[in-house]
Amino acid sequence: MNVIAVIAKKDLLIEWRTRTLMARVVPFALLVLVMFAVALDSEPLLLRAAAGLVWLALLFSTMLVVQRSFDVETQDGVLDTLLACANPSRVFFGKATALFVQLFALGVVLVVGAVVLYGVAISGDRVVLLVTVVVSATGGLAVVGTLYGAVVANLIGRDSLLPLLVLPVLAPLLIAASRSTEAAFGSNTIDVANGWAWVGVLVVYAVVFGSAGALAFAPLTESDA
Amino acid sequence: MHDMTGTKTTRAIGIIALLVTAWVVISAFFITPADQVQGDSVRIMYAHVPTAWIAYLAFITTAIASGFSLARRHRTLGFDRVAGASAEVGVLFMALTLITGSLWGRLTWGTFWQWDPRLTTTLFLFVTYVGYLAVRRIDGDPRQRARRSSVIALLAVLEIPLVHFSVVLWRSLHQEASVLNPDGDVRLDGLMLFTLFSGVAAFTLIFAWLVIHRQRLMALADLDRVVGLDAAISARRAEGIGSAAT
Amino acid sequence: MKDIGFILLSWVITVGSIATLAAVTLRRARELSARVPDDKKPWL
Repeated sequence: MNVIAVIAKKDLLIEWRTRTLMARVVPFALLVLVMFAVALDSEPLLLRAAAGLVWLALLFSTMLVVQRSFDVETQDGVLDTLLACANPSRVFFGKATALFVQLFALGVVLVVGAVVLYGVAISGDRVVLLVTVVVSATGGLAVVGTLYGAVVANLIGRDSLLPLLVLPVLAPLLIAASRSTEAAFGSNTIDVANGWAWVGVLVVYAVVFGSAGALAFAPLTESDA
Repeated sequence: MHDMTGTKTTRAIGIIALLVTAWVVISAFFITPADQVQGDSVRIMYAHVPTAWIAYLAFITTAIASGFSLARRHRTLGFDRVAGASAEVGVLFMALTLITGSLWGRLTWGTFWQWDPRLTTTLFLFVTYVGYLAVRRIDGDPRQRARRSSVIALLAVLEIPLVHFSVVLWRSLHQEASVLNPDGDVRLDGLMLFTLFSGVAAFTLIFAWLVIHRQRLMALADLDRVVGLDAAISARRAEGIGSAAT
Repeated sequence: MKDIGFILLSWVITVGSIATLAAVTLRRARELSARVPDDKKPWL
């Protein structure tokens, strides 16, 4: 029995049944895109900034999804049961996988949103770059989100604590994802070759925090005997 | 009753720190000359550079102490206390680094802020440590707090180089003319350099003094909890015996 | 000396905040120290 798959499926099943992501987070993410347009009030500026805005919207939405991912566990004490019968690092990867799927879906929605609302046009050869960026950046988001979600799980005031802890850590991801997406959207300042260089940064980031998360899950979720 | 956390060692450190700091202030204001390039604003450097060094020293101390704390977590909380104390002091010095750097920048270049890699990374380091302290503030089991804090601190060791690297790459895109950043390009020698190093020495001593005292303060807080618990338990027992006797 | 204002401000903030932290630490230490018996203090 593949523990990681079981845990991932469990989380995704909960999402499917409760439709939290679809009913609340997706509208929120699109709303953020709209709010940016309202606040910035300039179509050329929006088009130029589209890449960064998409990733900002995804980052903020991630906070909501991560909270949910761990609230579900702590409500019924399921996490303790899980950890009792599985290797903590497997629990970590299981939850991260579920988070990845949800965030990837969100990412796709946001890119479509940028195409529709901001007038972004993506030509054929840049699609590969774009897909790679979204996959690798979302991977990094998923592992970091799962890791810090576990750090603040059960803490009072975790709703305000999570963003404070996680956003500085996500800064490299935001920079790299925004720059490479700019290249994919066809910006003048960054060419596709540079875009792929930033993808390298994203991959390194995801690997580093994926490993760190797997290692850290054990001490984090230890209980005092 | 010793109503203090001081010992002979800390008193010695404190006095030397005070003396050296006094020397640095006097030298910075009255003895050293103005710089050829920066003018009098170099006098801020004598505060800014040492605070920056100590901010990074504090960061490293917290990281190492956190590593030991995690490794020895079943045996002692001492390392965790050092990590926490170092972070408290470190956050102050990081704030001072940012403030003095900003004032220097305003004076020398007319802007309070530059998005150059070193300043930006220091800002992220500052925010990271504010978050670390926020997590520590939450009441709870000291051992759980120690584990959580240690993990966050060690993750920060991963995060900060990644942030710095990304910001360096990012800013290189903008091909700015090399801006004098507050720590680079400053050529000091003779008395000015000596004053600078004295400043680093003085602030290192201040750092040590503060961390030792704050670490003892935390130990006292933990002991106070225990003493309070012991007293409550004894009181309950006494009640029990009293009511049994009647 | 030009621009004395900013220079003074930098130093006042630096020395002032460090001194404040030191004072607050010592005061809190005094409070707690009075409540904990000496034999429990590892540095004595």
